[in-house]
Amino acid sequence: MNFLAGTWLGEWLVGLGRISALARDAIASCLTFKASRRDLLYQIYFIGVKSQSVVLVTGAFTGMVLTAQTYFQFHKIKMDTATLAVVGVSMCDELGPVLTALMVSGRVGAAIAAEIGTMRVTEQIDALRTLATHPVDYLVVPRLLAGIITVPLLTMESIVIGILSGYLVGTQLLGIDPTYLYYDMMQYMNDVDVVFGLVKSFVYGGIIALIGCYKGLSCNVGAEGVGRATTEAVVYASITILITNFFLTLFLQRIYVLMS
Amino acid sequence: MIEVRQLKKSFGVQPILHDVSFRIENGESVAIIGRSGGGKSVLLKHIIGLLQPDSGEVLIDGENIVGMNERQLLRVRRKFGMVFQGAALFDSMSVAENVAFSLRRHERLTEGEIAKRVAAALAMVDLPGTEKKHPAELSGGMRKRVGLARAIIYEPQIVLYDEPTTGLDPIVSDSIDKLIIRVRDQLKVTSIVVTHDMRSARRVGNHVLMLHEKKIYANCSPEALFASQDAVIRQFVDGVADAKENIF
Repeated sequence: MNFLAGTWLGEWLVGLGRISALARDAIASCLTFKASRRDLLYQIYFIGVKSQSVVLVTGAFTGMVLTAQTYFQFHKIKMDTATLAVVGVSMCDELGPVLTALMVSGRVGAAIAAEIGTMRVTEQIDALRTLATHPVDYLVVPRLLAGIITVPLLTMESIVIGILSGYLVGTQLLGIDPTYLYYDMMQYMNDVDVVFGLVKSFVYGGIIALIGCYKGLSCNVGAEGVGRATTEAVVYASITILITNFFLTLFLQRIYVLMS
Repeated sequence: MIEVRQLKKSFGVQPILHDVSFRIENGESVAIIGRSGGGKSVLLKHIIGLLQPDSGEVLIDGENIVGMNERQLLRVRRKFGMVFQGAALFDSMSVAENVAFSLRRHERLTEGEIAKRVAAALAMVDLPGTEKKHPAELSGGMRKRVGLARAIIYEPQIVLYDEPTTGLDPIVSDSIDKLIIRVRDQLKVTSIVVTHDMRSARRVGNHVLMLHEKKIYANCSPEALFASQDAVIRQFVDGVADAKENIF
């Protein structure tokens, strides 16, 4: 593999290997629960509670615009009451999990990378190690657990507020019959749509926390290094979420077909 | 006891340490001196396992820490306390939380016991009553004292100091030197002080290791070092630049 040394592919593979090793260490540490409960609660507050406003606004306006656009097309073929069914399925399966994850990645992934990166360049991570504390136990595990706990909850919030906003836009602004709008939505939506959304958001929560931590822990010295780590954490997490979303959708559909 | 055997370390193509060997007995106080960028801090980080060498051995109480993974090293590091050049205090925590960090993570103590231990450690470094302050509110000297309180609160056997007086005025530097001597004498710890301040090296070290050209150039008492007529040692002790280094 020496022929890859110094090439972008070689560096990408090295990065992939390192982040996989970090994930392995973090999972091993999670299983033995070396993280403190206090740190975990703080991270749940920071990632979950503090991201509420951004997630709610995103969910609400996505639901509203999706309802309007769907209605404009469906109205032409007299299918107005099917509007919310499309909005519901889209929000549960794709838009809720993906947009929530992208928004959380922008807010939380960047903050995680900046905080850990600053700790690295000011020798605070070395100080942790000299105090017989593994950086993975103290820094990565609470953020990873908080990510996989809070992102699904935020996604559910986003889905609920998106459908609710869509319902209000449909009934109050676009004049769709509320009873048939609700009936059609319940008719065409399945429990499995919600389960797919939850499974995806669970994975995305892990991706955001892990990439943020990895970029912070591996950032170069100096203000430029921290700035670059912060930007890369958001960009890489967003791209990983979008790529993972495609394969996860195919995978979950396959599992669903096999199980039904 | 600390023993370093034929340690070699390079960063990329740049060699930093080459065949460095020495031994430090329990209770000794050693000053590691040498020019800036000469590898003193790198050597110190090898002793506590923050860096792994390219080759060689680092034995702590007879146990070779080279090649140990991070979790194995955590056990060895409980023998150490380290004071960083920039103090490396956790800036999101108060002074008390910084000092109590290792107690909270590794010992089962009540909050009352922790508060007592923190107060005692802060009193030892002449900073009583600063528990609620944050690192941003402290001066450079105060930060290093808090760093020292954090390093000694769990009573380690060995305390490492990375340039403890760099960037401080002569009076604060003097007080830090006195503090290092006090900690050494009261807690009976092995002290290793990396410095390029000759006055500090003379005061805190009962043994001096001089790094020069990537190797241990001198391994002697401070008195022998100051009395030496060797040209390299004299130049460093007297602080005289070569003609080619007169850049102005």
